Amino acid sequence: MRYTEGLRDPRAARALAEGLRRELDPRRRYRIMEFCGGHTHTLCRYGIPGMLPANVELVHGPGCPVCVLPISRVDQALQLAARPEVTLCTYGDMLRVPGREGRSLAAARAGGADVRVVYSPSDALALARARPERQVVFFAVGFETTTPPTAVVVRGAAAQGLGNFSVLCNHVLTPPAIDAVLDGDAGLDGIIGPGHVCTVVGTGPLVAIAGARRVPIVVAGFEPLDLLQAIGMLVAQIEAGRSDVENAYTRSVRPEGNPKAMATVDEVMEVRPRFALRGLGELPHAGLRIRPAWAAWDAERRFELVDELVADHPACICGSILRGAKRPSDCRVFGTACTPDTPLGACMVSSEGACAAWFEYGAPR
Amino acid sequence: MCLALPARVVELHPDQVATVDLDGVRRRVSTALLEEVAVGDYVVLHVGFALTRLDVEEAEATLALFAQLAADDPAGPGGR
Amino acid sequence: MELAHGAGGRATAQLVRELFRAAWSNPVLDTEDDAALVDLPPGRVVFSTDGHVVSPLEFPGGDIGRLAVNGTVNDVAMLGARPLWLSVGLILEEGLPLAVLARVVASVAEAAREAGVAVATGDTKVVERGKGDGLFLTTTGLGVVPPGRTPPSGRSARPGDVLLLSGPVGDHGAAVLSVREGLAFDGPIRSDTRPLGGLVEAMYAAASPHVLRDPTRGGLATALNEIAHQSGVGLTVDEAQVAVRAPVAALAELLGLDPLYLANEGQLVAACAPADAPALLAAMRAHPDGREATAIGHVEAEPGVRLATRFGGRRPLRWLAADPLPRIC
Repeated sequence: MRYTEGLRDPRAARALAEGLRRELDPRRRYRIMEFCGGHTHTLCRYGIPGMLPANVELVHGPGCPVCVLPISRVDQALQLAARPEVTLCTYGDMLRVPGREGRSLAAARAGGADVRVVYSPSDALALARARPERQVVFFAVGFETTTPPTAVVVRGAAAQGLGNFSVLCNHVLTPPAIDAVLDGDAGLDGIIGPGHVCTVVGTGPLVAIAGARRVPIVVAGFEPLDLLQAIGMLVAQIEAGRSDVENAYTRSVRPEGNPKAMATVDEVMEVRPRFALRGLGELPHAGLRIRPAWAAWDAERRFELVDELVADHPACICGSILRGAKRPSDCRVFGTACTPDTPLGACMVSSEGACAAWFEYGAPR
Repeated sequence: MCLALPARVVELHPDQVATVDLDGVRRRVSTALLEEVAVGDYVVLHVGFALTRLDVEEAEATLALFAQLAADDPAGPGGR
Repeated sequence: MELAHGAGGRATAQLVRELFRAAWSNPVLDTEDDAALVDLPPGRVVFSTDGHVVSPLEFPGGDIGRLAVNGTVNDVAMLGARPLWLSVGLILEEGLPLAVLARVVASVAEAAREAGVAVATGDTKVVERGKGDGLFLTTTGLGVVPPGRTPPSGRSARPGDVLLLSGPVGDHGAAVLSVREGLAFDGPIRSDTRPLGGLVEAMYAAASPHVLRDPTRGGLATALNEIAHQSGVGLTVDEAQVAVRAPVAALAELLGLDPLYLANEGQLVAACAPADAPALLAAMRAHPDGREATAIGHVEAEPGVRLATRFGGRRPLRWLAADPLPRIC
């Protein structure tokens, strides 16, 4: 079933855009944010903002876990990579993210550190098995979509009795992040919910937020027609004065999510009382750490790591941008000192961040 | 976090591993997060793990909806 | 490989004679002089050099030897020259299995024969274990532009020119990625490495293109940006006309990569006067290496490279600073 053609048909896109036009009130503005970096990618790649009526403003959200990872946590990965006995395994997304002083894992590798890009945490585990003389550390990042694989791999390390494998756990949670984004004056009318996060956690965790903040959330898939459909559903809710959670990604998201995946995570990890998300500040219950029972595979316990708060650049207004309160063009270093090649703040650090997308594709109309 | 794709299960192996195929590209992936999986199922694949089985009925319903919209397109087939 | 093999003494001479000279034998190489004495046909001389550092050394569809020969032959051909001679410089790492070296040497021989070139001269050095990636290959190619032919140049694209592409993109990059440690995917993806001299001659029999470029590292998008930059023009590319084989597209999607930025080793892009486009396209399609050639866009005055998407929108094709990385986001 190579079915993506049916989800990318421009004729259906036009029909959905037309339907949206008929539904909305031309006298008001609709400010809709997509929370998830993958959605930003699709919107930009297919030029969807340009297909929408001018009074529908798409605001790019926090981007992805790369954007919101605090600089101090990148520095911890760099500290580990600097140790001669460590092989640091990372997803490609993190390789060029600068830590304090602008050094990245790529720079560390150029300087002789053993840094490897992996596609899957299973590959890091296999590497530990193959190289018993190395201390293999997996730099785990990601929202709820990416967390269950890390948990499986920690269990696998335990089952195989691997003493040379550990995880630097930086997994983060979506509901506190969405809540932080909705906190304050962003004036967002609707949120496009993260489709693959909800594949794991279901739609339940978003219900309380939608109700409390009175903002509708439509969970969407990642093909262009998925997004157009979700935007239409949001507009319909806004017009009807509703603030419900709706699922438009029914082929992948079930209301209960994937209970087995969630149980696996719960077995291995626990919620941190507080975790800083770059640009959003310290948030309660926003991150995960490895449980004491699995301490043997927790890099934070195995290695002495410094966790020094690193302030963002003084000119950085990412916090306001992440909340949709300001635009990238409002930032005085946007496109000058701060570019995708020389990122200063969270929103520019990954290609899905609001500022990176704006820089590359121009302001979404 | 978000990059996950549907791929077809073509072979099952011991220890919760399956081979999936996406347009001829094949890889061994973990099925440890699924309750059950069979050859021929479509799974949503993320960082080498199957996150869920695709609901084929829902997928077909979605495709049918979009196909209907495409057919109704006032610009006509192939129009831009 | 041992250090003695590169020391210049008897061990070196034996290696050179038994392995390299045996595989690449031709009257020029067989003189056993350090330098080569060659006669060139009339015409302007083109020469090009390339270092090849691909890892792994062997990948579906080829190896570093074949890649090196075709890469240099193609660089020469992209200036409208007929490739004739190659030099081959090898830097080998101590501990490299001789069987691997023998395979690479055989590949160079076979690729040179296919491309209609001969190895005129070479050099071998050995470095200590840990100081090289197994094998580094540097090839220099010499060719001659037939008299009367205007060499194409990256500076010669003009607004109004039509852009032509010889075939599907991304195969080589995908093939190398598929076997790289940590990304192991199986499938029918093979590198598209091939010599393009024959295709270029077939094109010149029809008309003279303004620009010829073989997109390599950085993919089609990078080559297009280079041309736009060199010529001081802009380009609009029609995404629907750029072919990508299904497994290559699938692997790219799985890793979050754009096939337009994946390496090629056997395709060329041309810019030509609009009046010449039909004849050039016909000539390309009549040739085995251009059967899937398409017109993919045109040159404009407005700077920048733009993609007209299948979806009916437009997006920029930026000139990336570095290779895109597999992503999870």
